[in-house]
Amino acid sequence: MRVFDWIVQLMGIALALAAAPVFLGWVNQCRAWLQNKSAPSILQPYRGIRKLFHKDAVIAQNASRLFRLAPYVVFGAMVTAAAVIPSIATRLPITRAADAIALVGLLATARVFLSLAAMDIGTAFGTLGARREMMVGFLAEPALLVVIFVVSLTSATTALPIIAERLAGQSLVLNPSLAFTAVAFTMVLLAENARIPVDNPATHLELTMIHEALLLEYSARHLALMEWAAALKLFNYACIGFAVFIPWGIATSDAPLGLTLSVMLLGVKLTVAGAGLAFIETVSAKLRVFRAPEFLATAFLLAVLGLLVRLLLGE
Amino acid sequence: MSFGFASPLTLCLLLLLAWCIVGLTGMVRPLSLALVGRTLFPLGALVGAALAVVAATSLTQAPEQLVLPIGLPDLPVHLHLDALSGVFLVLLGAASAGISIFAAGYFRQGEGTAPGLLCLQYHLFLASMGFVLLADDAYAFMLAWETMALSSYFLVTTQHRIPEIRKAGFLYLLMAHLGAISILLSFGILQGGSWHFTFDAMRAAHLDTNWATAAFCLALMGFGAKAGLVPVHVWLPEAHPAAPSPVSALMSGVMLETALYGMIRVSFDLLGQPLWWWGLLPLSLGLFSALYGVVFAAAQTDMKRLLAYSSIENVGIMFTGLGLAIVFAGVGMRAAAALTLIAAMYHALNHAFMKSLLFLGTGAVLHATGERNLGRLGGLIHRMPWVAWLTLIGVLAIAGLPPLNGFVSEWLLLQSFLFSYKVPHAFINMLLPLGAALVALAAALAGYVMVKFFGVIFLGQPREPTLQKAHDAGFAERLGLAWLALGCVLLGFFPTTVITLFGTVTKQLGLGELPLSNAPWWLLLPIPERESSYAPLVFFAVILVVVALATVSVRFFYHQRLRTGAAWDCGFGGLTSRMQDTAEGFGQPIRHLFQPLFFIVRELPSPFDTKPRYRLEIGDRIWRALYEPLGPLVRRVADKVAWLQQGRIATYLLYSFVTLVVSLALML
Repeated sequence: MRVFDWIVQLMGIALALAAAPVFLGWVNQCRAWLQNKSAPSILQPYRGIRKLFHKDAVIAQNASRLFRLAPYVVFGAMVTAAAVIPSIATRLPITRAADAIALVGLLATARVFLSLAAMDIGTAFGTLGARREMMVGFLAEPALLVVIFVVSLTSATTALPIIAERLAGQSLVLNPSLAFTAVAFTMVLLAENARIPVDNPATHLELTMIHEALLLEYSARHLALMEWAAALKLFNYACIGFAVFIPWGIATSDAPLGLTLSVMLLGVKLTVAGAGLAFIETVSAKLRVFRAPEFLATAFLLAVLGLLVRLLLGE
Repeated sequence: MSFGFASPLTLCLLLLLAWCIVGLTGMVRPLSLALVGRTLFPLGALVGAALAVVAATSLTQAPEQLVLPIGLPDLPVHLHLDALSGVFLVLLGAASAGISIFAAGYFRQGEGTAPGLLCLQYHLFLASMGFVLLADDAYAFMLAWETMALSSYFLVTTQHRIPEIRKAGFLYLLMAHLGAISILLSFGILQGGSWHFTFDAMRAAHLDTNWATAAFCLALMGFGAKAGLVPVHVWLPEAHPAAPSPVSALMSGVMLETALYGMIRVSFDLLGQPLWWWGLLPLSLGLFSALYGVVFAAAQTDMKRLLAYSSIENVGIMFTGLGLAIVFAGVGMRAAAALTLIAAMYHALNHAFMKSLLFLGTGAVLHATGERNLGRLGGLIHRMPWVAWLTLIGVLAIAGLPPLNGFVSEWLLLQSFLFSYKVPHAFINMLLPLGAALVALAAALAGYVMVKFFGVIFLGQPREPTLQKAHDAGFAERLGLAWLALGCVLLGFFPTTVITLFGTVTKQLGLGELPLSNAPWWLLLPIPERESSYAPLVFFAVILVVVALATVSVRFFYHQRLRTGAAWDCGFGGLTSRMQDTAEGFGQPIRHLFQPLFFIVRELPSPFDTKPRYRLEIGDRIWRALYEPLGPLVRRVADKVAWLQQGRIATYLLYSFVTLVVSLALML
């Protein structure tokens, strides 16, 4: 069933591409409801992307090729990540190309290109954003890696699909180390996706923004790709979280019924996770930029604590 | 493959001699830049490439030994070539080929040492590193080791008219000799009472635990000083910026790795079976060095100093791997030890390519602009596209990003850390996995440092008007950079091939090979039961396909209209290059977070200053705590010892008499 595997793989990528903006729209909608605002349509991110694709691109005079290349690289990295993460099925052809550590490396590649592109124009905002993005990244990345170590110790592999399979096969017990790491992972997710305690996706206030500062010089199709990549990143992080912490339901064979069920379960998980994310964002306040390292250091230490608990408790 | 007429060892020896001859030829017309640049350095590069090929073919063959009856009577020179030497000879040959080609276009007239003399020192340096790798007895090893230190000292002080450079060179020489003495003492212990200083005799010697531990610690001290392990790293950030860029590249890319070679040779070969807890020392020093180096790299404003600190980080990662391998080997986890040792050696090979590439890139920038200070660079990607894009490959590689080579070795190291909870010693098996967290932190910080390095030099707007006149590197320099960049890409794309070659090393060291054969060649699957796999080619292909599809479909479905305009200035106008973030600014979050590591002197202007001045000085705490008190201490001891010099003949005769009596008493 090699051909069928590839079809499922491509379907998974297409699903990620299609579902990512909707997921973002859902989070925004929930947030608006929770904050007593009139909610935008769930398809609003799509409309934004479509509008941007139709516009004429304007780039700064001293932009180099790196600036024009970066959106494609970032988008490519995020799509590749979506192909590697077992969102609907575990035994897919491309998933073997990268384990969880390589996945973290892939996300880091996207971040480095994003930061380099922001530095390319040489405005105050761009370089400031790049500095802050890298500051968030260098703490979030090891925290994510430690989370992966904890899970790897439990499942004796670093391959994400096999982690999902082995963890789904275990009986449902509350694992204290996984509880620590789940909290750490959520914190990393918030920071890496420019969500509220660390960054505010809805602001353009210079002093506080990180992600928007990086994109300030982008317009039209480049910006559309960047926005889409950002939505994909959130989707990917959510799927990593599902694969590691609630892996039940991800199809382990390529039976059509299992796949259908898996897609539906993914929808349910995303709905709940999106609402949860909106809730966290509503109840917490934006941290000062200087406090962001503390937030992430907490995430890192929580993950390390999870590792210690895992080693203390043994098998 | 074999070379019918001569064995690989003889060929290697001939190639090293060829280097010496190339160097000596430079002295025929020491001032002729044409001879040195156009003929000798390219020849040296060819010799390097040939050495890499010969050494690579020797990996598949049995180790061989050779005894040369030169030197003192009854003390012939022993040489041997086994897989461990072979791997590091490949590193030396391949990296030096790129560096020599670059150097052919780099050295110019009128800069300190005459070109011919420089050529001699340079090739002597190369040849001595080769002899270090081939030496099979302590005499030959120390001779080559000292030649390496001295020739590199003269290379560092090429610009000897500048006092800072003389000072940096002196510090380097001092630390090199401190290290050499430690290594000498270590060999003295290793011979174990047989008084034969061949490596074979050392392998056969049986040492009790205390003596073996002492030998190991002395070797670690000696090789660590050469490698730049914290706290004996102080020479490195001084010497690397002082040296001309190709020399910095050689020192950082190859010489530091010979120290790793020495450490592997002593701990896995000469000492036989290492004790597991020895490994904790290089492991903890390595982890500390990795973090310390990268944190300091983030705070630097001189581009070559930044790279020097980054070298400390990478050396730290290599020694972390070595330490972990010793722990695994000591408790009998052979497969894990093999994997970890391969990760360390792979990182050494990677570092040779990526760090040389970066140092050469800074050399090209230095030539084009005359500026080493990051605060006066910027926007060079427009004026120097070749250097910028080739350097970008090195930057991405050293930041540990897939699918380039830096990632592979870090991946392997992290994989091997996952074995560490199985070490059968309580507490240790819980602390070891935390090392992985530190490695991950150092790797992520390396990304930060490299974004700073590349972004500030090549991106943004030029911070000085003179940068508009910068010119791209010449043909030879581009070729050298491209060779090293190609190395970074290939080492990243074909990890299984490289690891198979390393497998012969671990097999000869008695650790066994990795079971790679049950996976297809493009898939790296070092631990089959773990099912953790990595396929850089597939990985890269998928990214490439997505990027291509995205580009094509955007063009097909929409349009490709593009306008250029001024950068967004919030409507105020007057955006200047001074408004960009500076190197100091980029390092600020790290300085803030890791404040305890730094010694910071800060002068802030008060609001009433008529001429406000802001000064910030960042110092090394270890230098202040450990080395600065050393100078007065030495002086005080010297003063005490000076009492011996009474200045009267009678006293000196008395000394001779006492010495004679004491030695007679000892003899009888």
